[in-house]
Amino acid sequence: MMLKEKQNLTGWGFLAPATLMIAVMSFYPMFRALILSFKTGIGTGMTWSGLYNYTRMFQDGVFMQALKNNFIYLIIQVPIMLILALVLATMLNDRSLKCKGLFRTAIFLPCATSLVSYAIIFRSLFAVDGFFNTFLVKAGILETGYNFLGNPTSARIVIILALIWRWTGYNMVFYLSGLQNIEYSVYEAAKIDGASPFTIFWKITAPLLKPTILLTAIISTNGTLQLFDESVNLTNGGPANSTITMSHYIYNMSFKYVPNFGYAAAMSFLILILVAVLAFVQMKVGDKRD
Amino acid sequence: MIKFKSGMRYIFLSIVSFLSVFPLLWMVMAATNKSIDVSRGRLLPGTELVTNFKNLLASQNVMGAMINSFKYAIVLTILSLFICSLAGYGFEIYHDKGKDFVMSIILLAMMVPFAATMIPLFQMFSKAKLLNSTAGFILPTISVPFLIMLFRQSARSFPHDIIEAARIEGLNEFQIFYKMFFPTMRSTYAAAMTITFMNAWNSYLWPKVIMTDEKSMTMPMLVANLTEGYVTDYGMLMVGVLLCTIPTIIVFFLLQKSFAEGITGAVK
Repeated sequence: MMLKEKQNLTGWGFLAPATLMIAVMSFYPMFRALILSFKTGIGTGMTWSGLYNYTRMFQDGVFMQALKNNFIYLIIQVPIMLILALVLATMLNDRSLKCKGLFRTAIFLPCATSLVSYAIIFRSLFAVDGFFNTFLVKAGILETGYNFLGNPTSARIVIILALIWRWTGYNMVFYLSGLQNIEYSVYEAAKIDGASPFTIFWKITAPLLKPTILLTAIISTNGTLQLFDESVNLTNGGPANSTITMSHYIYNMSFKYVPNFGYAAAMSFLILILVAVLAFVQMKVGDKRD
Repeated sequence: MIKFKSGMRYIFLSIVSFLSVFPLLWMVMAATNKSIDVSRGRLLPGTELVTNFKNLLASQNVMGAMINSFKYAIVLTILSLFICSLAGYGFEIYHDKGKDFVMSIILLAMMVPFAATMIPLFQMFSKAKLLNSTAGFILPTISVPFLIMLFRQSARSFPHDIIEAARIEGLNEFQIFYKMFFPTMRSTYAAAMTITFMNAWNSYLWPKVIMTDEKSMTMPMLVANLTEGYVTDYGMLMVGVLLCTIPTIIVFFLLQKSFAEGITGAVK
């Protein structure tokens, strides 16, 4: 079949540029990073150092703090955001609701702002002389402005709030489109049978949305482990590295301080392993509940 | 359906909507006021927009950064859409075991965090003299697994009869792609365009790594630079943030529907 073969070849031709670019821009650098992670030194004078970089990072207080921070953001922010998104999507999916478009647009709007922009907006809102403090002082709740970004706990809370603000609408859209695939009559039948709203939610909505929930959980986990813009522009990692993320520290280690590419590559590989392991675990958990 | 007491859900949704819009509203108001008034918590439009804008122009190369950001984002969007739609179409229309296997490998690339490729990419690009260039900006993200998946998904609904008919008409395979597939899949292209443009405009880490020269700086980098220094001029800062946000907000409102379809499209 000459024609079939020719078409088959054309097919390969069509996907070659994209595949090649992914190989060169993703897999090859990843492989290079792996090799780099076993080396130490600067520039061309790099020497093999075995697992030194990997053992070093577990004794590096700042990196351990960064790892902890990423997990704090992950464990607190992601569930709150996903549940909120799910609740909002369920509310907006109700046919009796008025002004649906208006609510949806408003809640989705934060997605249109760039990460740097919203980080700076939140930084300004929560600054000592920022809007939030002025408001609290005027309302008589505070005597003087509180340094939200100067205290580790409150600085982390501000980052978490900012992340929830930026990403809830994004996840809500996933759920809304998932909900549209569920026949509305299923709900009406359940209502007639006298099922309570929460029963309906747990017995119908949640199981049917499971693939979407799994997907958003994986996307959010992946994103949270790679946080960079917020750490740099909202708190600059401070105070005293208490809000710094792994990517931010890796950036500093590579491009801000005396470059240590080997060590930075080792840390970046830990992120890769974490992303892969967590995605795997989530997929397993997601399967089990069937 | 959770049936909240009817009034309660409107109150809840209104509060959430207000909180979602407020920071942006505050940003716009702050851009029109004096820094000192912003600190005092003024929430009304002021008269300082032009002054703030002039201050910004005087202290930063805004025009340069704007042109750069548009240039990088537009070039990346066009090339990326072309390469990824071609691949998505190829994976679906000519699919066989081999190509399906390649596709599953490509999907694995979605898992690779950028931090893990950033340093070798920087080394490769500096060796190839691609720092501070448009090519340097676009190459790492020109081929995106997500977009390939999106186009593969949409190619699935593209009728094979059209392809057969076009072949009989004497069109070659590439002509079928751009004369038949491309015009029918306008909405997928719109969605992909919105996503790619937004991501390109907003990208920060990679430009920060390779745009070492001020002349190559992007808008997000410029805005981030404004916060350096001890005293922040909020009015000027928020004009910068506003300028950095306007293009994506416009794209958002023009293509809101396809944007929503775009981010969720690959799920279906």
